[in-house]
Amino acid sequence: MGAALRYFRLHRQNLSGAIGRLLRHPLGSLLTVLVIAVALALPAGLRVLVNNVGALSGTWEGAADFTVYLADAVSEERARALANDIGARDEVAEVAFISRADALEEFRTQSGFGAALDALDENPLPHALVVRPELSTVGEMQALAESLAALEETALVQLDTEWVERLRAMLVLIERAVDIVSALVALGVVLVIGNTIRLEINNRSTEIEVMKLVGGSDGFIRRPFLYLGFCYGLAGALVAALLIAASLGLLAAPVGALAELYASAWSLTGLGLRDTAILIGGGAALGWAGAWLAAARHLRAIEPT
Amino acid sequence: MISFEKVYKRYPNGHEALSGISFALERGEMAFLTGPSGAGKSTLLKLIALIERPTRGSVIVNSRNTARVSRRRIPGFRRRIGVVFQDHKLLHDRSVFDNVALPLVIAGFGPRETGRRVRAALDQVGLRGREQDAPITLSTGEQQRVGIARAVASRPDVVIADEPTGNLDPELSREIMRLLRRFNEVGVTLLIATHDLQLVEEFGHRRISLAAGQIAGDGLAPDAPPGYRSTFPDRRGSPP
Repeated sequence: MGAALRYFRLHRQNLSGAIGRLLRHPLGSLLTVLVIAVALALPAGLRVLVNNVGALSGTWEGAADFTVYLADAVSEERARALANDIGARDEVAEVAFISRADALEEFRTQSGFGAALDALDENPLPHALVVRPELSTVGEMQALAESLAALEETALVQLDTEWVERLRAMLVLIERAVDIVSALVALGVVLVIGNTIRLEINNRSTEIEVMKLVGGSDGFIRRPFLYLGFCYGLAGALVAALLIAASLGLLAAPVGALAELYASAWSLTGLGLRDTAILIGGGAALGWAGAWLAAARHLRAIEPT
Repeated sequence: MISFEKVYKRYPNGHEALSGISFALERGEMAFLTGPSGAGKSTLLKLIALIERPTRGSVIVNSRNTARVSRRRIPGFRRRIGVVFQDHKLLHDRSVFDNVALPLVIAGFGPRETGRRVRAALDQVGLRGREQDAPITLSTGEQQRVGIARAVASRPDVVIADEPTGNLDPELSREIMRLLRRFNEVGVTLLIATHDLQLVEEFGHRRISLAAGQIAGDGLAPDAPPGYRSTFPDRRGSPP
């Protein structure tokens, strides 16, 4: 019991000593903490970005509509009849007919190319049908797409979810890239903190020598440095979390405006509790690890002479 | 308490600092280690504190053969030895109290016991009330007394001192020696390396003199004043 108490007291002293040491040289400490914070904020920020885009693509997943562009020669009457035919199929939930005139009007108002369109002699757009299937599996969708494409009136069938699939594939790729960046940054943080601790060990070589002379064990001598590394990592991670929160705050207004343009209630989500915990815990652990490496390598070299 | 048996120490650069040293210091004994620079005094003390290991022969301190003390066990071994340095080796970023407390904190004493022992040690070296001072504000003699307080704070069985008066004027040197002797009088085994022969003769304890890595003489200093004679017989014939 007494031994455990003593142990905890030593650790508490080490922790407060490390904090005191950081505060004693505020500028130098701040610079180191900022380097760590910026490094950690990079993969954490990318993670937030990927999570947000992932969430966005998730909300569109249900909208697996086909757009069937009809051939130029197809008349509006024939197109409307075709819409009714297709709408009557079991596997189709709904069909919307967009005449070439409506399409041109929509394009004119939304694209901003109105003036360019006026320069054209005739409407370049075909009639189109937007088909919402009553299906869910990829195979059924494929079959429907093929049967629609086989119609003689059809010029082109476009599966509107294709780009969602591509986006998701891209997100998987980006997520993997973020993992790699995270690993590299983790290594970088370990090295930065390791180097900082190495300098600290060199600066305090007299103290280390005296401690060894009066019987300080390796653990006793190492511990203040481990706590120092821990504090650097923890402080760096906390500042990184703040940097991300501040960046999201700056982005909130423009994102809101953009979402409004798309008539969407979508808004940015932050790092989340779990990822924040991983960031902060990871930062502290990296600091500890960096200090451990430096201490293992350099403390042994300092021996009383 | 300390016993050297045919001890040789050759440094990696080929220099043989000690060549066949044998002597023993009994529990509670006090002795001076003298000799010119380069005679091997510092090396001999380093072997006691396990800062160096002998090339050959055995060094026994506190009934432990230093050859059998593994690297991991050196800290525990050193906690039972107090060391006083010529340059004090005080930590200048902490108070006098914290300097003296260092070996106690390392040994795992609680704050109350540490405070008690630090104040007792500072009291013994005449620096009571200077606990919160920075070492840099103390005179050289006072700094050395802090060094001594640190060496004795954890009440080690053995205290070794390497030129403890090297930077002090004769009067301060005498004061420091008297202080060290007071610890010997309460039972601490004491070995002091010094080149101050005048002081050695004045104090008149056993004197082990080294020359070129060998023992050139071991016995009482000549003209030792009565009352300070070692109670132990000479081991190596007549004094130099």
